[in-house]
Amino acid sequence: MDALGQSGTVLRIAVVTAGVSDPSSTRMLAARIAEQSLGAVEAAGAAGEIQFVELAPLAVDIARSVTSRLTSAALEEAIATVAAADAVIVATPVYKAGISGLLKSFVDVLDEDLLIATPVILSATAESSRHAMVLDGQLRPLLAFMRALPTPTSVFAAPEDWGSPELSARVRRAATELAQMLISRVGERITDATWAQHRHGFAGRAVRAERSTDLDFDTDLMRLATGGGASHPAGGQLH
Amino acid sequence: MQFGIFSVSDVTRDPVRDYTPTEAERIDALVQIAQRADEVGLDVFAVGEHHNPPFVSSSPPILLSHIAAVTKQILLSTSVTLITTNDPVKVAEEYALLQHLAKGRTDLMVGRGNTVPVYPWFGKDIRKGLHLALENYNLLHQLWRQDVVDWEGEFRTALQGFTSTPRPLDDVPPFVWHGAIRSPEIAEQAAYYGNGYFANNVLAPNFHFVPLVNLYRERFEHYGHGTKEQAIVGLGGQAFLARRSQDALDTYRPYFENAQIYGMNSSLEEYKELTPMSVGSPQEAIDKTMTFREAFGDYQRQLWNVDLGGLPVEMALEQVELLGTEVVPVLRKEMAARRSPAAAEAPTHASLMREKYGDAAPRRPRPSANRGDNVTGTSPYRDGDPAYRPNYPQVG
Repeated sequence: MDALGQSGTVLRIAVVTAGVSDPSSTRMLAARIAEQSLGAVEAAGAAGEIQFVELAPLAVDIARSVTSRLTSAALEEAIATVAAADAVIVATPVYKAGISGLLKSFVDVLDEDLLIATPVILSATAESSRHAMVLDGQLRPLLAFMRALPTPTSVFAAPEDWGSPELSARVRRAATELAQMLISRVGERITDATWAQHRHGFAGRAVRAERSTDLDFDTDLMRLATGGGASHPAGGQLH
Repeated sequence: MQFGIFSVSDVTRDPVRDYTPTEAERIDALVQIAQRADEVGLDVFAVGEHHNPPFVSSSPPILLSHIAAVTKQILLSTSVTLITTNDPVKVAEEYALLQHLAKGRTDLMVGRGNTVPVYPWFGKDIRKGLHLALENYNLLHQLWRQDVVDWEGEFRTALQGFTSTPRPLDDVPPFVWHGAIRSPEIAEQAAYYGNGYFANNVLAPNFHFVPLVNLYRERFEHYGHGTKEQAIVGLGGQAFLARRSQDALDTYRPYFENAQIYGMNSSLEEYKELTPMSVGSPQEAIDKTMTFREAFGDYQRQLWNVDLGGLPVEMALEQVELLGTEVVPVLRKEMAARRSPAAAEAPTHASLMREKYGDAAPRRPRPSANRGDNVTGTSPYRDGDPAYRPNYPQVG
């Protein structure tokens, strides 16, 4: 697959939203970004689709997964949607000077390699523009830990932004950045080139993890597992 | 196929009676539970190793050697023996001595342990936990198979001309299981040596360990010990049973809800759906256990935990009886009926003897006269290889 759009591939954009009210301004912002992103992808000749992952209905499942390692079928499905996505739009309300704990807990239960080099738009809503740095000061480092690829532009919306054309301009810019990342396949190329250099849990949920049952048996630990060691040749024999 | 029970030896307040047993009472209870398991015909009793309260089993070989003396047929094992923080030399010595005292009714399961502070208490670094587990087992394996061992590794003092005594019973080392958590390296080590691989199968979603067990099976075949289907797999589980399903739920609920280990955010009903835990009638436990075989393939050992979380000893004993009289006899038939003829039997001392010697007489080493050291000369055993020469340390 070199030129997107010729291959018939549909680019999957997952929208993870931590808004809790109905209607939720966080979800509305995320939807706007998603539509713009889809438009930008399609303008470049590729096909895309949007899948929403609403965290509020999963709140209890997420908390249980954090405390007991048990993941409900609904939460597994949400994680699988994110794992399979070509790009992710993350949207959170700001609470008490920080991102929603629900979003952080959701990220806490993701496999560490689930978002490697995945293009991501960061977005947030807040009741005051004084929270604007929460995105770049707090959410961006979280996605950096996940080795994701946040777009240069984040989208923050305080009440006064909703009537401002500048918000639409920022949404368009972030969407364009995301589309460029997708069309250039930069994330996929980075992943192809570096996947083996990252730490992976065995049989994890990352889409590539399933392929990686072709484990590397040529490591120090694997040699140690088979009787080798610092001063013992591998397979030094004892039966 | 073997069926039995395993305990972590926790001393937990009984939330129903508001009573916390003394350590002495809990130790007695463990012995009683093992005896009852022996009486009702279960095949295996295993106990864990812990070095912090509220656990009492800091030394499984001591506990098991006593249990060996007061039981008749049951095989005694561990769940697990810490291969990371113990000196593998002591493990080799103690479990070989136990094997003699138990007349071969013993094996062991090695694992890493997950209590972070235990590592520094024994002078080890948890960040090296996997390295320690792998290297220490390599040494243990060698100590039980060579009378005289020269060894150099990363984690313990080098050995020159060392003999672990006593030699294993009939010169057949205790069978070893490797406890699975998440590392493919442990599956690889179990497969490389042709040892058993045990997934505790508790505190995790149903069938969570299937990918690791399948990896072990593939590598077992890769190393030529047999086909994938012939690999030696063990599974854990948990059970609380009553003749009527609702009685089991009602009786067990306060213990479940009091146990932090279950996360305290799931209902008992959800937990028993999502995990391998059986709470209900004997038939429900039978049905659930049969699903393990469906998912993991034919396997050799099934252990249940029946005494966690403050259950009074009378209740734990009743669980052992229900397993022994109503669950296991049915499972033996059902598992046998579905079993592939190629599947291996669970290894025992008798089967390992047959494998090593056939009809020939086993080797029973007799030491030569004491030389006062273990470094010079040939083998310290009368039937030793006279050609053996130690690899002397280089000094200066």
